[in-house]
Amino acid sequence: MPKVKMPRKSTLVDMTAMCDVAFLLLTFFMLATKFKPDEPVTVVTPSSINTQLLPDSDVILLTIDKGGRVFFSMDGQSKRKKMIEDLNSQFKLGLDTKEMNNFILGASVGTDLKDLKSYLSLSAEARKKSGLEKGIPTDSSNNELSSWIEYARAAQDNNPKLKYCIKADNGTPYPVIKQILDTFKDKKIQKLNLVTNLETPPVGSAAALAQEGKPAK
Amino acid sequence: MAEMDTSSSGGKGKHQGTKSKKLSTRVDMTPMVDLGFLLITFFMLTTTMSKPKTMDLVMPKDTEREEEQNKVKESTALTILLGKKDQVYYYEGLAQDPNASANPDFFKATNFANKNGIRDVIIKKRDAVAQMRNAKGEPEDVVVIIKADNDATYKNFVDILDEMAINRIQRYATVDISDQDKQWIKQTETANGVQ
Repeated sequence: MPKVKMPRKSTLVDMTAMCDVAFLLLTFFMLATKFKPDEPVTVVTPSSINTQLLPDSDVILLTIDKGGRVFFSMDGQSKRKKMIEDLNSQFKLGLDTKEMNNFILGASVGTDLKDLKSYLSLSAEARKKSGLEKGIPTDSSNNELSSWIEYARAAQDNNPKLKYCIKADNGTPYPVIKQILDTFKDKKIQKLNLVTNLETPPVGSAAALAQEGKPAK
Repeated sequence: MAEMDTSSSGGKGKHQGTKSKKLSTRVDMTPMVDLGFLLITFFMLTTTMSKPKTMDLVMPKDTEREEEQNKVKESTALTILLGKKDQVYYYEGLAQDPNASANPDFFKATNFANKNGIRDVIIKKRDAVAQMRNAKGEPEDVVVIIKADNDATYKNFVDILDEMAINRIQRYATVDISDQDKQWIKQTETANGVQ
């Protein structure tokens, strides 16, 4: 019986496949990541036990900061384009293409209509310094918020799926919220969504029991 | 890859017929993989998969609200008022009876605490009302009237709506605060020393 020498296998592993997987995942995450446009204000929302998701599209979002300044934002660049064109022609704002593009590609805006031109000509950082970010006026004598909502609805083609979301800070004074709710009420919009963080229902409460009784969705 | 032989063989080498070693074309991929996974983890951590949640708020029409208001019975109603400093005030009924408030225990203060806070008040009232029977012999439903004072914050407002969801109160309405309510809140604040 001659000895059969088993050739010793090298311990080196071929890393090529691993590398492929890594880069595949990398490209996926790179493409799937959407960087949020910078919001002009940071808002800490209260938490609630609701589990309904905030939809990605067909949303009109009002952001309200601690000081009660109201900012408006909407999804969809083509819709935003239509909206700013309408606003421009209706209120004779005299916006040029660059300013319009700033609105179309930008995030939330919050200023008087009369200052909109100078506001949109600035970059996001310059806006903060300019003192123009006073928020959209909501008082009953000069309720520009209602025109914003009106034009946004028109730009959204009265989409039945359209949702009106309110994202306000914990410390926002209630009268400001009430003013906004009343504005919506005047517009005959009765279904709103308040953006909140998730918290678990307290143990033993009716909602918790109902959740346990039902299979988790 | 692109390496030059810098060993000083000084011309003697070519006579010795030493073959230069052929370098392997295999590249060590390990650092490359490391980099790949580093980037993956970065993108994985920065990608937010969880989205903010929303709470539904349905506002009744003004005209409807008047009728609703009239349909609410004193016995099934609980009025909750939101004041400053996260204080909550409540009384049973709608305070339409001016004599009701003569009772010193009528108007009470509490807070959003998990224990002995407004939640227990709501549960107690809900269960008490569930014992009642209406004209048809069906159990009554509690109706919660929410009134927020001007000093209340949005957080209080969401918290109280959340309490409605937590305790599964079907019927509730947000109503404008009356001057009478404001006066009671002021009196209670001074009595309790809430600045």
